[in-house]
Amino acid sequence: MTPKRQPEANQEPVVQRIRIRYAKRGPLRFTSHRDFARAFERAVQRAGVPIAYSQGFTPHPRISYASAAPTGTGSEAEYLEVGLRAVVDPDDLVKALDAALSPGLDVLEAVEARGGALAERIDASHWRIELPGTDPEAVDRAVAAFEATAEVPVSRLTKQGTRTFDARGPVVRISAAAAPSEGDGRTCAILDLVVRQVTPTVRPDDVLSGLRVVADLELPVPPRAIRLAQGSLTAQGELVDPLFADRDGAASGAPPV
Amino acid sequence: MSVASDAGTSPSTAPTVWPQLERLLPLISKPIQYVGGELGATVKDWDTASVRWALMYPDAYEVGLPNQGVQILYEVLNELPDVLAERTYAVWPDLEKLMREHGVPQFTVDSHRPVGAFDLLGVSFSTELGYTNLLTALHLAGIPLSAVDRGAGDPVVVAGGHAAFNPEPIAEFIDAAVLGDGEEAVLEITEIVRRWKAEGSPGGRDELLLRLARTESVYVPRFYDVDYLPDGRIQRVVPNRPDVPFRVHKRTTMDLDAWPYPKKPLVPLAETVHERYAVEIFRGCTRGCRFCQAGMITRPVRERSITTVGQMVAEGLEFSGFREVGLLSLSSADHSEIGDICSGLATAYEGSNVSLSLPSTRVDAFNITLAEELSRGGRRTGLTFAPEGGSERIRRVINKMVSEEDLIRTVVTAYTHGWRQVKLYFMCGLPTETDDDVVQIARLAHEVIKAGRQATGSKDIRCTVSIGGFVPKPHTPFQWAPMSSPEVIDNRLRLLKQAINSDRSLGRAIGYRYHDGQPSLIEGLLARGDRRVGAVIRRVWEQGGRFDGWSEHFSYQRWIDAATEVLPAFGVDLDWYTTREREELEVLPWDHLDSGLDKDWLWKDWQDALSEYEQDDCRWTPCFDCGVCPSMDTEIQIGPSGRTMLPLTPVSGNGLRVPAEAR
Ligand code: SF4
Repeated sequence: MTPKRQPEANQEPVVQRIRIRYAKRGPLRFTSHRDFARAFERAVQRAGVPIAYSQGFTPHPRISYASAAPTGTGSEAEYLEVGLRAVVDPDDLVKALDAALSPGLDVLEAVEARGGALAERIDASHWRIELPGTDPEAVDRAVAAFEATAEVPVSRLTKQGTRTFDARGPVVRISAAAAPSEGDGRTCAILDLVVRQVTPTVRPDDVLSGLRVVADLELPVPPRAIRLAQGSLTAQGELVDPLFADRDGAASGAPPV
Repeated sequence: MSVASDAGTSPSTAPTVWPQLERLLPLISKPIQYVGGELGATVKDWDTASVRWALMYPDAYEVGLPNQGVQILYEVLNELPDVLAERTYAVWPDLEKLMREHGVPQFTVDSHRPVGAFDLLGVSFSTELGYTNLLTALHLAGIPLSAVDRGAGDPVVVAGGHAAFNPEPIAEFIDAAVLGDGEEAVLEITEIVRRWKAEGSPGGRDELLLRLARTESVYVPRFYDVDYLPDGRIQRVVPNRPDVPFRVHKRTTMDLDAWPYPKKPLVPLAETVHERYAVEIFRGCTRGCRFCQAGMITRPVRERSITTVGQMVAEGLEFSGFREVGLLSLSSADHSEIGDICSGLATAYEGSNVSLSLPSTRVDAFNITLAEELSRGGRRTGLTFAPEGGSERIRRVINKMVSEEDLIRTVVTAYTHGWRQVKLYFMCGLPTETDDDVVQIARLAHEVIKAGRQATGSKDIRCTVSIGGFVPKPHTPFQWAPMSSPEVIDNRLRLLKQAINSDRSLGRAIGYRYHDGQPSLIEGLLARGDRRVGAVIRRVWEQGGRFDGWSEHFSYQRWIDAATEVLPAFGVDLDWYTTREREELEVLPWDHLDSGLDKDWLWKDWQDALSEYEQDDCRWTPCFDCGVCPSMDTEIQIGPSGRTMLPLTPVSGNGLRVPAEAR
């Protein structure tokens, strides 16, 4: 009888870590996080990225995701980190990966990691939410009512069942304006929103539920949310780019995004 | 169909439905399946295309996207500069409901064009259980369900795939059916449509269908009348106009090396049932398993050479980024160069985290050798053997030549080579089957475990017994056979379970999986049905029947009710179609559709089955005159070719592929 197989320690070590910002745009905002992860792993193969693998019977590529925009929301600022077994030029990596992904999943920038954990540099999100078919004045009123309320409990169905939590507390900034929609170009109300990341995460749809709770704001058409930025929140309420500290010549200051 | 006098159509005839659809997607589950944008997808200019195909796989995206047939036709058609092909799949009931409420038509996932705007709608049926989904798609598309009600602006609905070898149950709903390999057939149809449109669509839809029918390889049901005898049997099927052929012949693509598709496999964003690059290493099978429609209708065997297989794998992986390769065929271990193919690929991809799989269920040691080769340095994939029948007697009936001794020896070899778990596949409900034939499966499984424990000295070995329901199919020797009733099947499955667990120690090492008999009976009705069964399909669909291949959506009662309601008017019933044995001279609904198999040979093979006489494979013994080669003017194309696998440069290197021009 042949002996049972042992996993061999035959994978090459990580020699470089690179942090990447990518976008989910247009129709491909409907990719779930799992969908994106599968597509990204394949893009790594197509692009010939010298990805490093974990040890074990089922080695998996060294990719760690710092964030996951909810399915259906677009994003200009998602982050991940890859571990490589050979050194590459970060700019070349951007071009190679972007060409290997479907248009709409776009790799925007890459920097070599200089230490620290990516996830620790992200504690808030900046959102733009289009509300097609709504009356901008009604939205203004709802926003004012929301801001004037100390706590706005909302409920959402999660995998653990229905959870109720406060949608107001984590909202650092909220304002409304009227502007043309990116979908059909018609003028509609657009929310600008900065939310602190807490558990459970307060997502754009939770804030919209909050507007319904405080001001009966009903949406005739599903909203379109886009994450514009993520980062750490300064005392002034600005977001610091999480890749800033890794960039060449970056001082330890905190310039705005 | 755009019946403008020239090929051009104004863009307004097919505006994208994306803006309307986009608003529905946040409200449904897994929206990504309706979005398109896969790698390998092609979006072409609508206005400059002279022929436009919508290709449908009538099941959910997760099942339909990996389908090889659709992927190949999609690529072959889109390679033509003036032809456009887009894909559409069955939508789940949650989206169907919203589409109806908001007036969104059935759409293609590539450009989200309405399916009703295309010239042709090609639908590939691997199984009959997709028929109700065809009706949903037609209805959502605004295409009249009955082909005779369609007008100049409606697409020509063409059925293909294995089920199209008896399209009679859906004859009312389709305009045409194509039998056999699709690569050349779609090109021929395209050329006919292109020319007809360029001429200004003379004679309208009728003329176009007539031109298709005259090829003798496109079946247009409306040009044939079916007469019935007073007892309900078919009297004859004859053309109702002088210029169409009496019989329609299947297409056979020879020289697979000349058709190395898919070159640009579709890589889904959504999760699908197969996430791999699949290459067909040969088509056809002459092992002669009498229940196997696929083997019968795809003869003769045509191999792809080792050189082409190697190249396709290298290019397919590089294009797609898939990490898994499937070497597909009806019995992959039978390729004349399979040993070299497996060792060549295993060597080329050793240490690259690419896994190779060979769906083969042949019961012999060679199969284990191949599986070992493919799992070299990687993880052990499952090993499945398919003796199909539990007793040697029933295996002679179905022409599955494997002795009990060989089976046990083979499984024990797998255990001694390190596999802890094997799967054994059988069928229940086979012609002449008795309770004892099925119960013997338990004895066989017990013997396997006993011998395995003895040989390995370990109790840590298992086998799973998996049972499928037998469904008699057209163009097989069992096309005359009676089905067993679901009660008989379910009782046998119960007896088998008891027998497996009659020895607790052995029973614990045996897993047991089965399907109950009811869905098989309905599949049997649809497989061997005639045009009258169309009314049952329509009734089931009206009553909400969708996704019949999914147990959570399939309703046996809905089919029973519809059959009871509809069939008595024709003087027949469900049993008449399923559990009734046919006689030699009965006209079968598909007799006018020529798979190349000689009906006399099929009958002789059916009689041989009843007398338990085995038939050898014509690849290794003389031709047994099944009829296919002479009638289709084809020949067996097998190696060894003596060629070799060219050195492959596997995908994983250190070289980052940076595009010259960033896009
Ligand atoms: S005609 Fe003869 S050689 Fe051809 S498939 Fe049939 S048995 Fe084989």
